Amino acid sequence: MLGAYLPILLLVIVAVGFGLCSLVFSSLIGPKKISALKLSPYESGCEPVGTARERFSIKFYLIAMLFILFDIEAVFLYPWAILYKKLGVFGLVEMGLFIVILFVGYIYVWKKGALEWE
Amino acid sequence: MDMISIPVVNMTPILPEIFLSVLAMVLLLLNVFSPSGKKSYLAYISFIGIAATAVLVGAGWGGHIESFSGAVILDNFATFFKMIFLLAAGLTVLISDQYMEREECNHGELYPLILFTVVGMMLMASGTDLMTIFLGLEVMSVSLYVLAGFNRNNKKSNEAGLKYFLLGAFSTGFLLYGMALTYGATGTTRVYKIASVVGQMTLPSANIMLLAGMLLMMTGFAFKIAAAPFHMWTPDVYEGAPTPMTAFMSAGPKAAGFAALLRILLVALPTLQIEWSQLLWVLAVLTMTVGNITALRQDNIKRMLAYSSIAHAGYALVGLVAGNGTGTAGILFYMLSYAFMNIGAFAIIILVSKKGETNGNVMDFAGLGFKRPLLAVAMTIFLFSLAGMPPTAGFIGKFYLFSGAVQKGYIWLAVIGVLNSAASVYYYLRVMVYMYMKEPTEEFEWTQVTAPVALALIISVAGSMIPGIVPSFILEFAQQAVKLI
Amino acid sequence: METLFFAIVSLVAIISAILVITCKNPINSALSLIMTFFCLATYYVMLDAPFMAAVQVMVYAGAIMVLIVFTIMLLNIRVNATQKHSHRILLGSIIGFFTLINTIVLLVKSQAAKPVGPFTGDMIRNIGHSELIGREMFTTFLLPFEITSILLLVAIVGSVILAKKNI
Repeated sequence: MLGAYLPILLLVIVAVGFGLCSLVFSSLIGPKKISALKLSPYESGCEPVGTARERFSIKFYLIAMLFILFDIEAVFLYPWAILYKKLGVFGLVEMGLFIVILFVGYIYVWKKGALEWE
Repeated sequence: MDMISIPVVNMTPILPEIFLSVLAMVLLLLNVFSPSGKKSYLAYISFIGIAATAVLVGAGWGGHIESFSGAVILDNFATFFKMIFLLAAGLTVLISDQYMEREECNHGELYPLILFTVVGMMLMASGTDLMTIFLGLEVMSVSLYVLAGFNRNNKKSNEAGLKYFLLGAFSTGFLLYGMALTYGATGTTRVYKIASVVGQMTLPSANIMLLAGMLLMMTGFAFKIAAAPFHMWTPDVYEGAPTPMTAFMSAGPKAAGFAALLRILLVALPTLQIEWSQLLWVLAVLTMTVGNITALRQDNIKRMLAYSSIAHAGYALVGLVAGNGTGTAGILFYMLSYAFMNIGAFAIIILVSKKGETNGNVMDFAGLGFKRPLLAVAMTIFLFSLAGMPPTAGFIGKFYLFSGAVQKGYIWLAVIGVLNSAASVYYYLRVMVYMYMKEPTEEFEWTQVTAPVALALIISVAGSMIPGIVPSFILEFAQQAVKLI
Repeated sequence: METLFFAIVSLVAIISAILVITCKNPINSALSLIMTFFCLATYYVMLDAPFMAAVQVMVYAGAIMVLIVFTIMLLNIRVNATQKHSHRILLGSIIGFFTLINTIVLLVKSQAAKPVGPFTGDMIRNIGHSELIGREMFTTFLLPFEITSILLLVAIVGSVILAKKNI
């Protein structure tokens, strides 16, 4: 009964295999000439300034949080999409209500300027 | 099973919730679309909305309608609790505007969030499905986490928000796990169906899964009502949160927690009453004692009232241990009067304290009796009521809670309760001693009492006195409310 | 065949779970956590619950992990800043061990073994997991479904208020 998931398994195997192969072969075949300059972090050819580990701004966090919330909204759409025809108008109204409530949140976020990079 | 049978939807039981949600969303949009500046008008709109909802809720008294295939119910029990929530929210809105203006954090989102909290609490009271109760609790809690940390310029408020969120999320985990186990043991989340499934079990007290579910659910609710040993968050959160929100938190969510706990224990699991009442016995004694003893040593008045609020949860638990008509009606009566007296006391604290939450110590009440005699009289009434002195509402509430326990034979529990109540008089009296017998240490400008705050104080004083003088009127409502569950 | 597959997935799950708590670099821990989430998703698939698997990957391995990684970067924990807490590890192990024993006792002794709800394994296999979830969600649990949107709205407002720079 898990046969239906065989393509996904193959995909996972191919993906993992490709990643592993590139790592293994490049370390086996590739020439290794290590120098201090080569080991320094690549910053578009410029000399690296300071550490790469800067503190991230809280703005990222807000965006990530909003992403999660709207992601969860999207998850609820899947079962509805499957049952769309069977539920008919009733389901449409239900889902419409759900989306309208979240749309209020979207307008709020937009007008509040939370999506802008201030 | 090809066609899906569309359920019959009767909106009547959740009309108040729908109304408040729509109002909150409108206010939210109004807030972002209106130019920035004073947001006081949002407070007035919310107050009118809350009053209108109270009329809507009141019209449903006496009805008994199940809807959404048993997910919510309209009954007197839910109606009574909804009134308590609306009352707490209405008083909070009245005292919020002045405070938030003073603390420079009068963001318009405050009022929609208060309304959403009420929606969550209402769903907890009227929910007859574990899912509805859980989601109601989450809507309430998430709004409250934000409200606790609403004063972003104040580090203590930030700390309160974070602490409340972390411990609240933790307790929600317990609650949800308990609900999942209960579902696993009974195969349903409908409260009334759980009752019938458990009733048909040959030996429900030997079903480990069901017992574990019950235990975890009780733990989750004990967190929310701040019962010891799950009370650790209370002092810090109550102290750090903006004072009107502290007032709201101590009255509304506590009542909502009791509503859901009563519904689950008395409706879904009455067959396990021997088990849960034993556990609650221990919880009640611990809560009362820990709350009162720690409150004795507090100088910060918000912290003191936080511990006192823990103790009050303990008194209310006594009524639940009894589990009979008198005890449970006592809880309803007590939660109602507690909302009046506690929010009233916090309103006075707001007037005495100054910008940046300074002046919040008991000593700062020195001389209030000479400088502002009316405020001092009001505070005295609230403190008398909190201490449970006749003829206030607090006395009658405690009387019914303890007599419920005595009727069921829990004499010792009642004795411990009365002793605790006597001990609590000390720290309430201490404030009064400062108000009437000490000179103010320094002169400072008293905050002006605005009209909304005055209205809130008048309502609170009336609410703390009238049920104490003519208790039968409200008690009758409470008794009718618990009859149906 | 299925037992073998289960064993492999379990092995990966346990190893990546151990890596989550032993890695010195918090980013590596987070990546191991993603692997653990994927293994959990595989369990859901094996239990005939593909919808849960999809949610697990989308919400947990996708969205929540982004948040965790951002939080790590926000706190900016250095590798050398982490300390050894051997007594805490011991305490945690003891609690974990008792929880395991508890779970085993619960599963062996209680009535959990026989399903009590109306949905049987055959029904789930024939109709489909996502469809059954949808049916329940849009009919019996209609109200909780709509409350979820209110909950999400409150969370949106809350995160803006608490995390936005100027409100």
